[in-house]
Amino acid sequence: MTTPVSTNAGGQREPVLRMEEISKSFAGVPVLHDVRLEVKRSEVHALTGENGAGKSTLMKILAGIHQKDEGRIYLNGKPVDIRSPREAIRFGISMIHQELYPVRDMTVCQNIFLGREPYSRFTRVVDRRKEREETRRLFEEMDIAVDPDQKMGNLSVAEMQMVEIAKAVSCSSSIIIMDEPTSAITGKEVAKLFETISGLKAKGIAVIYISHKIEEIFTICDSISVLRDGRYIETRHAREFDRDSLVSRMVGREIKDLFPKSKAERGLVTLEVEGLTQNGVFDNISFKAHKGEVLGLSGLMGAGRSEVVETIFGFRGSDGGTIRVNGKEIVMKSPADAIRHGIALITDDRKTKGLNLTASVRDNITLVNLKAFSRFGQLIRLKKENETADDEIKKFRIKARDRYQSVGTLSGGTQQKVVLSKWLLNDPEIILLDEPTRGIDVGAKAEIYGIISHLAETGKTIVMVSSELPEILGLCDRVIVLYHGRISEELERKDFNQERIIKAAMGNPDGATSLNKN
Amino acid sequence: METSTDELNATGDDAAAALSSADRRADKLRSAARFFSKYGIYFALILLVSVLAVISPPFFTAANLIDILRQISVIGILAVGQTVVIITAGIDLSVGSILALSAVMAASFAHPGQYPLIVPLIVGLGAGLVCGALNGFLIAKSKLAPFIVTLGMMTAARGMALVYTSGRPVFNLSNAYDTIGTGYLAGIPLPVVIFVMVILGGIFLLHYTRFGRYVYAVGGNELAAKVSGINTEKILIYVYILQGVLAGVAGVVLSSRVMSASPALGEGYELDAIAAAVIGGTSLMGGVGTITGTVVGALIIGVMNNGLDMLNVSSYWQQIVKGAIIVLAVLLDKKSKGKS
Repeated sequence: MTTPVSTNAGGQREPVLRMEEISKSFAGVPVLHDVRLEVKRSEVHALTGENGAGKSTLMKILAGIHQKDEGRIYLNGKPVDIRSPREAIRFGISMIHQELYPVRDMTVCQNIFLGREPYSRFTRVVDRRKEREETRRLFEEMDIAVDPDQKMGNLSVAEMQMVEIAKAVSCSSSIIIMDEPTSAITGKEVAKLFETISGLKAKGIAVIYISHKIEEIFTICDSISVLRDGRYIETRHAREFDRDSLVSRMVGREIKDLFPKSKAERGLVTLEVEGLTQNGVFDNISFKAHKGEVLGLSGLMGAGRSEVVETIFGFRGSDGGTIRVNGKEIVMKSPADAIRHGIALITDDRKTKGLNLTASVRDNITLVNLKAFSRFGQLIRLKKENETADDEIKKFRIKARDRYQSVGTLSGGTQQKVVLSKWLLNDPEIILLDEPTRGIDVGAKAEIYGIISHLAETGKTIVMVSSELPEILGLCDRVIVLYHGRISEELERKDFNQERIIKAAMGNPDGATSLNKN
Repeated sequence: METSTDELNATGDDAAAALSSADRRADKLRSAARFFSKYGIYFALILLVSVLAVISPPFFTAANLIDILRQISVIGILAVGQTVVIITAGIDLSVGSILALSAVMAASFAHPGQYPLIVPLIVGLGAGLVCGALNGFLIAKSKLAPFIVTLGMMTAARGMALVYTSGRPVFNLSNAYDTIGTGYLAGIPLPVVIFVMVILGGIFLLHYTRFGRYVYAVGGNELAAKVSGINTEKILIYVYILQGVLAGVAGVVLSSRVMSASPALGEGYELDAIAAAVIGGTSLMGGVGTITGTVVGALIIGVMNNGLDMLNVSSYWQQIVKGAIIVLAVLLDKKSKGKS
């Protein structure tokens, strides 16, 4: 494979990183085959591809977490051998992982200097003052508004990420790898992250950016490399791609329409929420959702969107307000109540709220509905259960070895399909979706969008929380925007306007019309 | 790993074919690894029995093998309950003490000519049930750590057994009561029959009932179970009640076998029960474990004790071997799971 690498517009600078013919197998399964990557100084380089394309593995090899089977790595033209994360850091390579694991009970500055604490020269104890001062200086320089003495566990995800980046800078990294840095942050925080990335570029640092969000890649990245099925496809300047050509390179086929919008008729009101309040979280939330409608809940992280749907589902208590299903007022004391009334909640976090990762595909799929598979309410009819599980695996194209494979060993997109199957099995009337496509690849996303549209067409009521604006704009018939726990905007599809939604999510800062429908 | 990459290079012009053959081989490898991680413990038991059969002929006789089953029956009954508890990501340290309390209470109602046999049985199992329910309520409702709650119960139940008996063993039990521990059914000791019934009940409960499925769900991910509409508190309470009742059963079996009930009965049994479950592949993290695995774990402990006895190895050394086996079993389990 000798796809020509387009020459960088910046000139003939020696690339800070060159990886050549990298191959890697796990237990005999090839994951990377002859992959190469070239990254220049001061560039933001997107590494794209579907889940399972090998992006993370390639980056983990670079960060010293995995060892390559074959291939060469050059830093500034010199061949290097990276055998551990510690060595990688010494070589100036830092990785900001998708899920951060700081020591939550230590302070911010202790985390930054973890493993390389400055010692006082005479007493040989950790020099706390130096730690604090260095951190403060670093934060000032990078414009990070975090108290160095704060406990790490008290920070938001976005703040933790900033601290991690600051740590990478303080290790004098020349390459910083960011794996899905925006998967858990929104709006302003993303803007702040991009600002920080620009700052890193200005320092001459190369950033390798892994993301499933195409818009982001085009906003922030200079060049784009595409991997597919563990093989290198191509590298180009970002402006030589457009959205469609990039997606088709990633999946190896054309994706005509990512958002197959249903043409369902808007039917009767099935879910009516009035004055729903949870003190300190959200306040006086009222809306109606109809049969055949996809209603979007937009807003920044922490605006209270997830909390609203979790309260409707009976997973959280409320401090006031009413919930009506098909015109009947219902007090949701627990998820069991909601399930009984035909409501499903596809939660935002597969790993913590959605699935039992140690259990099999079958056990997860039938969990909500187990009673329907039981004689006398207790004895499970295994044959019927197995048949149903196999049907679901086929229907949702769940890529599993068989129904007994444990869910924890599946890819993110496949796991999400298991979650969908689990909740759609008892044919709920009202489906609450919380970030249904977070952290999954383009191909699986398209499939899930197809499923959502199909559900609306068949007369289901759908309420979807999403941080991804394209998703809201593409799928929803109506959108409600939350800001600080209140509804700040409500728009019909014909009035959809990206800018208006973003402004409403930030509380209409320039005093635009704010509306609170009853 | 090496070979598959070599193969890829060797047949470079027909990479697709090589890939699929490497794929197939890797598939075989992985399914072999899965097979081993699933059944490795069974092989270990077979190996252990074979070795002992060869080096010590009297070991491999029907009488001795039945003896082993009788020896492990009490620990085994506790271990079945412990498995269910550990699958919920819990632990029950109080089973040894509950066993003693149940035993002394049951025995005190089992003097000859006093009450019909059913009375001491109800008292013994009832005592276990009450202790288990208390454990369950505190763990499920007060959200206290199972380790702490059952540590407290372990101390308190032992204390209650001592108070109830003023520290003296209960003697002079009726023949009917003693038969439970010393009788036979079709040549098989009754404790073994009871153990087998508990095993079958446990397998049925865990794998064929909704309750069993929920036990795994709660242990694998309590939050996800809650979101799925499962009353996780109820499940936890029932699980500890089950364990309490089984400790009661074990108390009756043990006291009737030794024909007396000492308040010191069953000391340290909770750790043997945990060891059997863990050797059998039950994960302390929850969500993973089987009754059959635990039974094999208990058999490994029993066979090893018995075999070493026959080889005249001192019981001091036996403890060292047992300790090593516990750690080794979990280590092997972890290794084989990590690879697949």
